[in-house]
Amino acid sequence: MTVSNTQPNPSSAATSEVVISTEKVNIFYGAFHAVRDVYMDIARNQVTAFIGPSGCGKSTLLRCFNRLNDLIPSARVDGRIMFEGTDLYNKQTDPVEVRRRIGMVFQKPNPFPKSIYDNIAFGARINGFKGNMDELVERSLKRAALWDEVKDKLKQSGLSLSGGQQQRLCIARAIAIQPEVILMDEPCSALDPISTLRVEDLMHELKQQFTIIIVTHNMQQASRVADMTAFFNAEAAEGGGRFGYLVEYDRTQNIFNAPQQKSTQDYVSGRFG
Amino acid sequence: MSYTVAPMRKAFGAFMTVLATGCALLLALPLFSILWTVISRGMSGLSLAVFTELPPPPLMQGGGFGNAILGSLTVLAIAALISVPFGIMAAIFVSEFARGTKFANFVRFGINVLSGVPSIIMGLFAYAVVVLTTGTFSALAGGVALAILMIPIVERTAEEGLKSVPMETRQGAIGVGATNFQTISQIVLPAALPSIATGVTLSLARAAGETAPLLITALFNNFYAQGILQPIATLPVLIYNFAGAPYKNQQDLAWVASLLIVTLILIVSIVARSFARRQHFG
Repeated sequence: MTVSNTQPNPSSAATSEVVISTEKVNIFYGAFHAVRDVYMDIARNQVTAFIGPSGCGKSTLLRCFNRLNDLIPSARVDGRIMFEGTDLYNKQTDPVEVRRRIGMVFQKPNPFPKSIYDNIAFGARINGFKGNMDELVERSLKRAALWDEVKDKLKQSGLSLSGGQQQRLCIARAIAIQPEVILMDEPCSALDPISTLRVEDLMHELKQQFTIIIVTHNMQQASRVADMTAFFNAEAAEGGGRFGYLVEYDRTQNIFNAPQQKSTQDYVSGRFG
Repeated sequence: MSYTVAPMRKAFGAFMTVLATGCALLLALPLFSILWTVISRGMSGLSLAVFTELPPPPLMQGGGFGNAILGSLTVLAIAALISVPFGIMAAIFVSEFARGTKFANFVRFGINVLSGVPSIIMGLFAYAVVVLTTGTFSALAGGVALAILMIPIVERTAEEGLKSVPMETRQGAIGVGATNFQTISQIVLPAALPSIATGVTLSLARAAGETAPLLITALFNNFYAQGILQPIATLPVLIYNFAGAPYKNQQDLAWVASLLIVTLILIVSIVARSFARRQHFG
């Protein structure tokens, strides 16, 4: 087995500030070793895409960035994930505070069974927001490009919206608490192509202010939205089972046009996955 | 190859369809029979007096059972005050904090067993715990007995309701920085409220008609009870007492009370169903 150099190309990451950096991250579910030895730096105000075949651990890694894996009792993270100089898995780190600063948009749109207004206001309220709530709701919905469609029905249930609108509502909900990073776990996999394009356009807008990390199965999507792309692959472990690892991490154009690794080349040209 | 169904098979199919339809109709028959009897026998005696006046002594005409109506409501209110918080809390524990653990399975098993315990046993329990310690039959004792009867129903429907809230919804709340308490109290519980309301109303309907546990806990009272630590009249016990009495007036009142209680349960069940329809996700 040849483990590739997983350090990002220095010329690419060095140009912008690092927000999240992982050092030798290993993730386990009980005895199962899901992700092995990930080193990577995520740059501020950029869109970073995680691509790779199913079971390569890209979603698992993403969910460690806001400690959502804490919800799975058997999950365990080794190594260090540094966010602005703090180890996310330090004992003193409060996972609730982590999730406030690192927001998340899920695979399946999951608005709360509440009004559109309350979907946005909930996060702000529980985080002690004291300002003008109406203004915050309007601003968040505008930035999620949803305001014009819902401004006359803020009292209606968030579940009454279409799938694409629901997902933009979830994005609005995430940006309302003003995080620094937004994690998106296959945000368009349940959406039709037009809704997908709207969400992608939105990502270009949002990266002015937020750092975005997106997991996607859709390589075209990665090439459209991402500045940086990380390719993960899964390999059979010696003791049986499979583990995921980071193969290559570089500027998106390099990953798609001039990958260094053969498996990256094979994946982006559609030979497997 | 022939595409015609063999005649035997066709005839058998038709026979089975008729049989199944017949069974379904037969099932509905007792309900309509009861409704018909109760309405035809109880309707004539229905008047304002039955709601306001006290039960008549033997051989007296007129009268009513205002005390039993108020008594039933009192006992049910006490039962609900005890069973609703306990049932919902237990459901939250089993569904949100201990899901999949051995202890949760143990609690669920216990609740299943409890729901199978005959109601007279619950009455005996309340008799031993409340009547013997306070030294009197009372609304409180009746409420405790009915509460134990209601808890399994409340817990089970509340648990189902909580479990029907998708995991993604919880993760969404946790994803915006909600604590466990905030997620459950502000997102999960409101979302499960329709099913919880269904469970509470259904359990109330069930408890409203229980007689056996009340006979040995609430007993009866020919007058209005002066507090919850006194014997109290309830509709089912009134029906029990008057239906067996040899006096026509009392028997007629028992029919009116039956009509009242059946109507009440019917309305409550319909209300419960309308709650249940309101819950949907996605």
